[in-house]
Amino acid sequence: METKTKTRWSEHNKEIADDHFFYLRSCIRQNFNPAAEKIFLSILQKNLGKDIYDDPRHTTCTGIGYHADIVPFETLQTVIARQFSLMAEKGYKNCAVSCITSFGCYNEVLATWKQFPDEMAKAGENLRKATGREFEMPENLSHSCDIIYKFRKEIARQARYRLVHRETGEPLKIVDHIGCHYAKIFPEKSVGGSEYSRVLTGMIEAWGGESVDYPERRHCCGFGFRHYLIKNNRSYSISNSRKKFVSMEPYRPDAILTNCPGCNMFMDRWQYTLAQIEGKTYGGGTNGIPVLSHEELAGLVLGYDPWKDLGLQMHQVDVEPLLQKIGIVYDPAQKFAGVNGKYINEPLFTGCFNPHN
Amino acid sequence: MNRFLPDVLIHTTEMMKNKHVAVIGGGIAGMEAASVLARQGLKVTLVEKQKATGGKLNDWHHLFPDFSSPGVVVENLDKKTVRAGVNVVCHTEISHIERNNGRFELSDQRDVKIFADAVIVASGFHVFDATLKEEYGYGLFSNVITSVDFERRMKKHGKLLTLQGTEPRRVAIIHCVGSRDAKVGNIYCSKVCCITGIKQAIEINKMLPECEVFCFYMDLRLYGSKFDSLYLEAQKRHKIQFIRGRLSEAAERPDKSLQLKAEDTLQGRPLRMNVDLVILLVGMEPALSNSSLMRNNQMKPDENGFFRSVNMHEARNVGTQEGIFMAGTAICPMAVNETLENARSAALEVMNFLRTDKNHGGF
Amino acid sequence: MEDFSFLNPGSRQIDFDNFDDRLLLYVLEYEPSFVTCISCGGCTATCSAGNLTNFNVRKIGLWLRRGETEKLSQEIEKCMFCGKCTLVCPRDINIRNVILLIKKRISELKTENQPV
Repeated sequence: METKTKTRWSEHNKEIADDHFFYLRSCIRQNFNPAAEKIFLSILQKNLGKDIYDDPRHTTCTGIGYHADIVPFETLQTVIARQFSLMAEKGYKNCAVSCITSFGCYNEVLATWKQFPDEMAKAGENLRKATGREFEMPENLSHSCDIIYKFRKEIARQARYRLVHRETGEPLKIVDHIGCHYAKIFPEKSVGGSEYSRVLTGMIEAWGGESVDYPERRHCCGFGFRHYLIKNNRSYSISNSRKKFVSMEPYRPDAILTNCPGCNMFMDRWQYTLAQIEGKTYGGGTNGIPVLSHEELAGLVLGYDPWKDLGLQMHQVDVEPLLQKIGIVYDPAQKFAGVNGKYINEPLFTGCFNPHN
Repeated sequence: MNRFLPDVLIHTTEMMKNKHVAVIGGGIAGMEAASVLARQGLKVTLVEKQKATGGKLNDWHHLFPDFSSPGVVVENLDKKTVRAGVNVVCHTEISHIERNNGRFELSDQRDVKIFADAVIVASGFHVFDATLKEEYGYGLFSNVITSVDFERRMKKHGKLLTLQGTEPRRVAIIHCVGSRDAKVGNIYCSKVCCITGIKQAIEINKMLPECEVFCFYMDLRLYGSKFDSLYLEAQKRHKIQFIRGRLSEAAERPDKSLQLKAEDTLQGRPLRMNVDLVILLVGMEPALSNSSLMRNNQMKPDENGFFRSVNMHEARNVGTQEGIFMAGTAICPMAVNETLENARSAALEVMNFLRTDKNHGGF
Repeated sequence: MEDFSFLNPGSRQIDFDNFDDRLLLYVLEYEPSFVTCISCGGCTATCSAGNLTNFNVRKIGLWLRRGETEKLSQEIEKCMFCGKCTLVCPRDINIRNVILLIKKRISELKTENQPV
């Protein structure tokens, strides 16, 4: 791993493939915010005219189990070798990874194989024994945010909305949160390194918004694997999230943009938990600060429907205030109507406080 | 002719008058070496890229450890070089040194050519570019400045204010920025930053007695005979506080103050602190011109990129190309007094070399 | 409001902007030599009490500088006031007096903090 540098990381660029991607989904996001992944496929295929293959046979990377010391490293390597095998079988060479944990795992495994070829041989043998498969190394490994970043200007050209307050004309203030495993482990695999990563701010600015630098910008969201998995440790998780909210509060951000399924989930849900503990929100009022992923934000500016296409009703913090600021046309009655008009049920309340109490 | 000198020395003194030495770099090392050689009767040309001599000292406000004026040092050296008859050529940046027929040919990017029997490289150092330590926010946050900025501000305005124009109430001075840091490729200690930090901390306390000053250090390397007493004075009289821990990141807060994170390593716990101003003690790097000066001869860099000496103990000023010598911070980081001593020793090495130069009838 | 005990334990971070400096200021007033401590550990190395226990004189100084009054009030009980630390200090700090002052001030603070 080469981290010694005489150049600025913020000027660092990585190679991002242009077309023909093999999609590697996130295990948790398919439960929390499934539409974020669906819309990524739509944006690539319909808006950008790219070829991306979504293989129903691929599995979790086991990253969460790996980082929680449940899944051994050998298993992680073998599972990842299997994904590469599926990819090679379908004739693809470029990975598009949906999840930051996975992205870190893929990079870790690739770096391990480069440094310790024996490990690669062992993973190959394990894969052969278990499945009879052979695998090939990918030519390019990009996270979905890298790909959206690469085509951010094209998305801006096609955009129906801009990240500008429809009444004041002011750019919307958006804070970014980069998942730790995007650039903190392998800064050379990122756009702009880990201190001033450009991958999300590049999107915010290309689509008309203003990105806001806040003191705890680089701090972990609090996800932390073992920390949220075990209830007794959850105070570590939520205290870290709280540190970020306290730090961003004075800037009064209109939204939080993340590139990681876990960060997205925890920054959204912990706002509710903190509101219950502390009796306040960090966004003013009773709602909190809306949290969006890069695919969801891209979908919004491109004019996709917030409910039927983007599934934003799955968020704890209501996104409606943001939609209104941008001037997005939406039907409040359709929030829980479902794709085919079939009622999908709704929670007792959304936002951070129960209005019935 | 001096009747006390032995004949052989009288002979060489006469012979030396025809020798020409070129000194590259009109900072204090170059000025001192040139004036010493010229006083010994040699023809000396001092080549400076800027419009005037004095080098980096022209920007400094006060010298450690005695708070004396660098301007006076430069002024005295200027007088010495003029009096000794050194030929000073400014606005000229030498980029090539080539040896032809036992003589050296120096040239710049235009059409300047200087011929010499021996060369002293006194090209000095390059100040570490603090924007490379992105986590410290230099160049992004206006209340993060370097020790060089501090000297320039003090020299120009005589006071230290934040970007907002207020007097800082708390200042953090960060040691080892660009030094002892493998991440920026500089594993060596720049040696003078610790004492510079203590000097600047005391200056801040003298100016703004209400302002708290913190030094974040890894080790305090106060090698000079008078340096440790300044450290003691900083603690005792100026209430400067020392925290052993390296800054991990600085981030700007809405009011333009800075949030710092470090470990208080003696406590073994992370520490957070808000300050109004951060001063980064930037280290010394090899001069940018080094590689081009080494290109057409046998000069070589040492492991840190400074000019390699043939022997760091006995022949520190002697370069790996016969006839080329080094003086001052072209060799390694050093303080003003060491630089001047080092320059004088370089001059002596040149004298010895020219006396024994076989091509020119020495002995 | 619901407390899920999610904010305990608190942060380990030293919150420099909000620490109780009453003890430190008191010691510095009556034993100004303490300011020159460089945490060399000479005191701890020579300490009779620390020989057989985990008592650490150097840490007393550190905790004093960071306002760890609670920790100090327990730790200080282990000192036997032999004065060996003062003998070896390269900065010539009267460490014995520092510890005495801490002890004195802590008992004062305890009385002051008591509800009337």
